[in-house]
Amino acid sequence: MEVAGEVLASESQLHVLAVDDSHVDRKVIEKLLKISSCKVTTVESGARALQFLGLDEEKGSLGFNGLKVNLIMTDYSMPGMTGYELLKKIKRSSAFREIPVVIMSSENILTRIDRYISKS
Amino acid sequence: MELVQIQRRLVDYTKSLFMEGFLDAQFLQLQQLQDDSNPDFVFEVVSLFFEDSEKLLNELTIALDQPNVDFKKLDSHVHQLKGSSSSIGAQRVKNACIAFRNYCDVQNIEGCLTCLQQVKQECYLVKNKFETLFRLEQQIMASGGSVPTIELGF
Repeated sequence: MEVAGEVLASESQLHVLAVDDSHVDRKVIEKLLKISSCKVTTVESGARALQFLGLDEEKGSLGFNGLKVNLIMTDYSMPGMTGYELLKKIKRSSAFREIPVVIMSSENILTRIDRYISKS
Repeated sequence: MELVQIQRRLVDYTKSLFMEGFLDAQFLQLQQLQDDSNPDFVFEVVSLFFEDSEKLLNELTIALDQPNVDFKKLDSHVHQLKGSSSSIGAQRVKNACIAFRNYCDVQNIEGCLTCLQQVKQECYLVKNKFETLFRLEQQIMASGGSVPTIELGF
């Protein structure tokens, strides 16, 4: 079965879920991670990220492909759900709270950074 | 023109773009990501940027044309443009966006309108620069040569 094959083949590779609303940034992040020998899945929003993980209550497990996510990298400022809100939702889930979440931001705001550290 | 001459021209041209502030180090980072498995990576990312920026500039024009300008929405669009221009190393576009955001913060419509023109101008300029750059690269590839890499220590 295709999914099982993917899981076996990729066990040695880190699978990163990258979340960013910018098309340009998604492309750059994807390339950067692939060059670093990571398996990458890019999504355009927090909502899509939750769907991919199977955490979206409304849509069910749409998009969950059985491939374990080892790391989540997310942009901070996105329309709809911010990276911080996504982080909170992920940390609230028993299945995914252990996954490290990295928030990327072009804004250098110390109070915000402190807040994230205390949450994760 | 001989291959070596075109290669020399490309190097000089690229350096001038850095000197004039059109590009910054982020562009070099982008070039370093390009490899044989994806030889058009830079071209693709830059093309994506111009597709996105065209949409954003249209949105900005429309937003500033409203009777009641939504500065939050305006700022959000400029922030996006700032982010993507920064990602490809389009420094002058990025700087123009920073100035634009300052005017959004203080809700100065005249300032915003001026900045919008500025950003449009910078996008237009850097687009032409990239077109020249890619054309030179294509000429080199067509002559069977390889595109020289730029070192940052110039």
